[in-house]
Amino acid sequence: MTITRRNAVHGAIALIVSLMGVAGLYLMQNAEFLFAVQIVLYVGGIMVLFLFVIMLVNLDQAARERQFNRQWLVALAAVAAVGAQLAYFIYRGKDAFHIAEGAAGQVASALGNTEQVADSLFSEYLLPFELASVLLLVAVVGSVVMAKKRI
Amino acid sequence: MHPVTTVHYLALSAALLLIGTVGVLTRRNVVIILMSIELILNAVNINLIAFAYALKQVNGQVFAIFVITDAVAEAAVGLGILIALFRNKETVLADEIDLLKW
Repeated sequence: MTITRRNAVHGAIALIVSLMGVAGLYLMQNAEFLFAVQIVLYVGGIMVLFLFVIMLVNLDQAARERQFNRQWLVALAAVAAVGAQLAYFIYRGKDAFHIAEGAAGQVASALGNTEQVADSLFSEYLLPFELASVLLLVAVVGSVVMAKKRI
Repeated sequence: MHPVTTVHYLALSAALLLIGTVGVLTRRNVVIILMSIELILNAVNINLIAFAYALKQVNGQVFAIFVITDAVAEAAVGLGILIALFRNKETVLADEIDLLKW
């Protein structure tokens, strides 16, 4: 639904629905912290940004024109080939996952999920965490510079 | 009643990846191309969380947080570029942005 609608707002709303479905999957797999992050950041942050830009760059003109580009047949063929490969490998490899199935579940610890994620994030992955914050700073400054009329 | 196993999550993730790829490759509207990229990143996150759950480790969730961070940065920069582009060219269609073609 996200990729087939003519109106971009409808596509964005379909994307919100699928993002919330993914958030439900996180909850099913004992990842409560990521569930909250997904709802707050994706549905609350990114999608509002998308809707804002859709309203800003008035898409009425684009909605009336041709929606798909000229290479769509080649693109569909390539994606079908990749999909066939993925299906084949998942089918062939599905027995390999049975080793892990018995042990599936919450990490054995007295701490909750958020505490575990925080422990790992701030001890083992401290340097990538700081790099991610620098990346976000660069992204914010860059998007402000690009979206500004004159500096 | 079959339990939901890792293979099911992998299949769902592959399906989301393919839908996102179709969106990136076939649509003309740049906004919808960016939304398809978000779909692809979510497929990656489903994979990471599924394996973190199956292997009883928390590292996959940490990596999913990094992927979400990158998705936020990418969306912000992409939409900034899109606004600048729309101000200059008055179009959001990907195949009308052909300044580098001859």
